[in-house]
Amino acid sequence: MRFLIILNLALLLGLTPAHAKLTVLACEPEWASLVAELGGAQVSVSSATHARQDPHHIEARPSLLAQARRADLLVCTGAELEAGWLPLLQRESGNPAIQVGTPGYFEAAAFVTLLDKPQPGQHLAGHVHTAGNPHLHLNPHNLVPIARALSQRLQQLDPTQAAFYREKGTDFLARWQAAISKWEQQAAPLRGRNVVVQHGSLAYLLRWIGLQVVADLEPIPGVEPSVNHLTSLASSLRPGAAIAILRTPYQAARPAEWLASRSQIPVHVLPYTVGGNTAAKDLFGLFDSSLRVLTAP
Amino acid sequence: MSTLSYSACRPRSGQRPSTLLLALSTAMASSLCIAPALAGGHTITPEVSFTLQALYADMAAGERHISGFLPEGHAHGCNPEKLCLDHSEFGLAANLTPTLRASGSVIFVDAEDKGEVEELWLQQVGVLPGVSLKAGRFLSELGYANSQHPHARDFVGSSLMNSVLSGSHLIHDGVQMKWLAPTERFVEVNAELAKKSDNSPKAWSLGAHLGDDLGTSHAWRAGLTYLHAKPVNRAGHVDDSNEVEAHTTFTGTSKTWVADVLWKWAPDGNSKERHLKLQAEYFHRTQDGQLTCEDNRADNGACIGTTSAFRSKQSGGYAQAVYQFMPRWQVGVRYERLDSGTLDFSLPIELATYKPSRHSVMLNFSPSEMSNLRLQYNRDTSMQGAPDDQWLLQYVQSFGAHGAHRF
Repeated sequence: MRFLIILNLALLLGLTPAHAKLTVLACEPEWASLVAELGGAQVSVSSATHARQDPHHIEARPSLLAQARRADLLVCTGAELEAGWLPLLQRESGNPAIQVGTPGYFEAAAFVTLLDKPQPGQHLAGHVHTAGNPHLHLNPHNLVPIARALSQRLQQLDPTQAAFYREKGTDFLARWQAAISKWEQQAAPLRGRNVVVQHGSLAYLLRWIGLQVVADLEPIPGVEPSVNHLTSLASSLRPGAAIAILRTPYQAARPAEWLASRSQIPVHVLPYTVGGNTAAKDLFGLFDSSLRVLTAP
Repeated sequence: MSTLSYSACRPRSGQRPSTLLLALSTAMASSLCIAPALAGGHTITPEVSFTLQALYADMAAGERHISGFLPEGHAHGCNPEKLCLDHSEFGLAANLTPTLRASGSVIFVDAEDKGEVEELWLQQVGVLPGVSLKAGRFLSELGYANSQHPHARDFVGSSLMNSVLSGSHLIHDGVQMKWLAPTERFVEVNAELAKKSDNSPKAWSLGAHLGDDLGTSHAWRAGLTYLHAKPVNRAGHVDDSNEVEAHTTFTGTSKTWVADVLWKWAPDGNSKERHLKLQAEYFHRTQDGQLTCEDNRADNGACIGTTSAFRSKQSGGYAQAVYQFMPRWQVGVRYERLDSGTLDFSLPIELATYKPSRHSVMLNFSPSEMSNLRLQYNRDTSMQGAPDDQWLLQYVQSFGAHGAHRF
């Protein structure tokens, strides 16, 4: 009887024996997709956010805390992208396994070089990430070192399945490298062309493809497009000055469409992450779809 | 949220300061020796923040009180027709180890022209799975708004409910335990034990909260907390029957129940463009003990220093809605009502039964993520016979590391 009570108490406190599956919480859908590629049937993964949410503006709401509480591994971008909610999510979850500095917290930004890192002493106007631009998943080359490190992390956390994770990792990287070659051929005609953007959300994708940013709808990073700024853009942008105005699914449609109607430059909505449109079902679909949108006549 | 961070010049990880003061002095020492932060690494990164809060109030002159209730705890106010910097805050926090965090903040109390340590605590996450322990001085988890920092509130000033319960917000010197259940739905239990509390030398509380999503656009949280306090000579001041100010002290037992509900809506879960926040809290409190009215005959008062048995059963609450109708712009309405309930005592003081209420509307504009400009109108009938139309203009500007705000 006493044993049963202790067992019940242990279950209640979550002191259950090692799970058959590793429970992974990803901060963004791109990392959930990568975990699914690398962990297959051995992991149970969910994403804290979806493509129609701005990853800067999330709240550590109760349902997310409940998920973080049960996670064995938290996979996030880092580089301050989640600074407004992730520290709170980790702390309030009461889960010691997923805190910064433990193996249960994986930060993708630690394995790549970030773009647009402010120079020391540079005046930081508006919403500038001091660590650099965190929207790093949109250069497919960045996924290579991140996938390697993440596969190693899965092996470390679940050593009994290490061989399985290694095999999945090798298989993914082979398919990924082949896909990169294909995408780079598709993107070649875009090199050197001009685009208008909103925020630095697509910077890695554009830099990889070789597209030039001629204007930003945001007057200062993180500050909403203002009427004044849009008006001045409309008067300075001639038709043909850019091949497209690009935005993500989580950014408002109106500013981009208003500028499109004045400048005769078409708006393209890029998926930004997995789930951003119906074709972007996984990481491969994300880049397939992005290139299809950009190369559409 | 943009943050500025600095790391200590020398790595200090691995230290496990045993006391709060040592922890905070470590963090402060680190902050004096600042260098640009490097991503990753094992240095402690102190988060330094400063929040400037400026308020201009156009309200009736003279001290206001909430009729039918004995004043509680610490309240700092802003004089009418005067610009004040009340509750401007300087904060310092650091993760000392992956699971040990130290945090402290000092607020500026304008009315007394001094600083006050608002919070100073150590928190250990995951003492047991799902269990966090906090020790030191902290804001109590009583209800919802009590643990919000003033600059994170949606309206200027405390609610009438929080004012009668603790002056502005309940602060404990003690320990807090929180346990999050390993369930799909959010279930959190918290317990607090205070050696010294805002309004009494001993207090404990027990509370539970549930929460979840409803579809992709709705999220909610609701809870119930019980607070048991043993005030000893808790000071208050009221008018006596000669309309002279009288000082009172209360010793006894105070039992308070607080229920809180929070509901948030954002289309598709993306709160950046538009969102709605509904929030309501209700309390019921019984007090049982001795009330003394200090001798004020020298000022032609009616009190002669006698002590009387004192019993009260009181309740009240508020409901508010805040709607962001476009990025950077929010409107809000709030309705508050208290009931002085039954008051049982025999002293010559003015503590009539009354139902204080207040209606507020506010318009908030955020020039940037780090600042707010808020205009608020109150129709305040919380003081019997002295209704007041109040206009408040508040400016909040944050600098440095700005911690995430809670749900």
